[in-house]
Amino acid sequence: MKRLLVILALIAAPVWAVQPDEILDDPVLEERARDLSKDLRCLVCRNESIDDSNAELARDLRLLVRERLVAGDTDEEAVDFIVSRYGEYVLLKPRAGGTNLVLYLAGPVMLLLALGTAALYLRRRQSAPKTAEEGLDAEEQARLKEILEE
Amino acid sequence: MIVELGHFALILAALTAVVQAVVPLIGAHKRWPAWMAVAEPAAGIQFLLTAFSFCALTYAFVVSDFSVTLVTNNSHSMKPMLYKISGVWGNHEGSMLLWVLILTLFGATLAWFGNNLPPSLRARALAVQSLVSVAFYAFILFTSNPFLREGVPPFDGNGLNPLLQDPGLAFHPPFLYLGYVGLSMAFSFAVAALIEGRVDAAWARWVRPWTLAAWVFLTIGIALGSWWAYYELGWGGFWFWDPVENASFMPWLLAAALLHSAIVVEKREALKSWTILLAILAFGFSLIGTFIVRSGVITSVHAFANDPERGVFILAILAIFMGGALMLFAARASAMEAKGVFSIVSRESVLVMNNILLAVACFVVFIGTIWPLVSEIFFTRKLSVGAPFFNMAFTPFMVLLGVLLPVGAMLPWKRANVLRAARPLLPALLLAFALAGLAWSVQSEKSLLGPVGVFLGTWIVVGAMVDIFSRTGRGAFGQRLGRLKRLPRADWGKAVAHAGLGVTMVGIAGLMAWEQEDIRVVQTGEPWTVGAYEFTLNSVERVQGPNYISTMGDVTVRRDGNFVATLHPEKRAYPVQSMPTTEASIDYRFLRDVYVVIGDPQNDGGWAMRIYIKPLTNWIWLGCLMMAIGGVFSLSDRRYRVAAGARKSVPSAGVPAE
Repeated sequence: MKRLLVILALIAAPVWAVQPDEILDDPVLEERARDLSKDLRCLVCRNESIDDSNAELARDLRLLVRERLVAGDTDEEAVDFIVSRYGEYVLLKPRAGGTNLVLYLAGPVMLLLALGTAALYLRRRQSAPKTAEEGLDAEEQARLKEILEE
Repeated sequence: MIVELGHFALILAALTAVVQAVVPLIGAHKRWPAWMAVAEPAAGIQFLLTAFSFCALTYAFVVSDFSVTLVTNNSHSMKPMLYKISGVWGNHEGSMLLWVLILTLFGATLAWFGNNLPPSLRARALAVQSLVSVAFYAFILFTSNPFLREGVPPFDGNGLNPLLQDPGLAFHPPFLYLGYVGLSMAFSFAVAALIEGRVDAAWARWVRPWTLAAWVFLTIGIALGSWWAYYELGWGGFWFWDPVENASFMPWLLAAALLHSAIVVEKREALKSWTILLAILAFGFSLIGTFIVRSGVITSVHAFANDPERGVFILAILAIFMGGALMLFAARASAMEAKGVFSIVSRESVLVMNNILLAVACFVVFIGTIWPLVSEIFFTRKLSVGAPFFNMAFTPFMVLLGVLLPVGAMLPWKRANVLRAARPLLPALLLAFALAGLAWSVQSEKSLLGPVGVFLGTWIVVGAMVDIFSRTGRGAFGQRLGRLKRLPRADWGKAVAHAGLGVTMVGIAGLMAWEQEDIRVVQTGEPWTVGAYEFTLNSVERVQGPNYISTMGDVTVRRDGNFVATLHPEKRAYPVQSMPTTEASIDYRFLRDVYVVIGDPQNDGGWAMRIYIKPLTNWIWLGCLMMAIGGVFSLSDRRYRVAAGARKSVPSAGVPAE
């Protein structure tokens, strides 16, 4: 597993995730920048946030996020700005609108379906009539008993 | 020469597999004992041939035979022996060979130790198992042959990816494959039972050990991979919700569900068709996992071989086996009459709830994993689904599972009174609330994550203790304590595994909620503090390793002026692959890890340094270990040993037992 960073390291020079010179002096802004960075994707990497990534592009994006925050953007404005530039692909948690509703609702709907089915099943099991034995002959019954009783 | 023999043995094994897939199936249908009996020697021969083939490939790696393309691409004469050997499965072709080796190993085990199974069920299960191997032999021989030779052998190989040169990772893939492939046994049994048209308690008792074993291996494999990521990748993440990780996690979730539903089949003869379906799906997800890793359809940080031809081949295997099995299921499932009758409040229904939570959680992971693909193909909307989504969508299921688990584990079969069953758990509940409150008041940030994790962990761990103690019956405390030792191992397995889940939950929540991080430029000799710790970078030196050059820092860690540890974070450069890796240096303790990473030199002569204080991290893997140990306890329970081979010698058929 994780043949990770292989490709990554080939793309990128051995820089690092968040580097000391990127950090903002204002700890509150920096904290916000870090939180935002965790939800933004490094576009040239595979499934990594810009907060974790070593790639040059991730560094550029981190700096961009900080630039926007310093310029006075709210979190939403900063994210919107980046999405308008790089597209929806940059969000690690897609927005819950349009077709993405399927993604967001699939879990809850499936849970309800499963609970419904289970409720029906459980109600049936409360009073299931004893059906005829399923064609085990005497020998098999004996063997089954032997196994079950260790 | 040996390599050619290995290649030849593999082809022979494939032919044996064809025979084993066809003859016993016909034999079982026509009730011809001789034809059914073909399955056993065939399974043994298949395993021995594949094992020989695997040894031949290993030999090529050990002697660094660079006329074999695979060895050239993945090995190097300077590499330490351990990594020459682990290089055999550190690549696509070799890992597929390991995959079939394990597949045939399981088949052979069934042939050798499955004497107590009805002959027709055994013949059919072995035939289905062999059908799976036929597909994978074809895959190897036609699309990913490891034995291909190089026209002009080079002087030396390209080496193995340095990230993979690690003891933890050397054993990570074999464990995962043991798990994935172990689920093929559950699949074979499920399909065989569908063909037979019969599922009973004995069937569940045969299937459960295989599932349990597969689940234990998956647990260890996933934990090893996660631990490796933690110490190797340099920022101490332990789980990334990467498609390939999800690929191993989905079968794990379903195998956990299957373990529990098989208990209901075994004890109460209910949930039969659902259990069969789970067995089919669990292996299906193993195949999907293989597809995800090897096709490159879904981009992943660690995709393996991005070859569309291979992807299509695996997709075809997946479609044939899942399609076939599900069609058979649709045709035959109605024949699986449930027998047990139980009330809505009972052990049976909480196990149903367990299955719902695990299966739907698996479904959520699945949707999240394939959604980028679906969205791009059908809605031309290119998007990503990453860790933030999964954390949000997956966690509620685990929280619910954690809340229900201790109560569910205590409920009696058939009919239960929740209040009466849960009364002994009151101390666990109070303790859990108390500790969660303590965590809440002590932590500096007001986030719920940590306290909820502490609550769930305490509730589950203490709940498991109460559960096992309640099994000792009535009597004086000392007497009951004495009886603990004599409880069936399955009871211990249940308690230990459940407690392990609790420990893992605390670890994850603790790490995510209370981690401290510090990034800065450091001059040698100037101390700085992070949290309660003081760090000093004493020196940075260049060190020559066996096949790498390292930049190694020397960091002293103190707490309140007292010496804690000396750490040596490294940056390594592997000249053969011209690739750098960071080697974090970690001071492991029971309650926290201090995690130190050294970065690039700065213009002013300082060094970039990253420090993390990671509380409770080791609990994550400790919990996984406990889950695996619990599984092993359960596996060694007397009733499985009896069922899985050591059958008392019954003189002849027809003699009533006992």
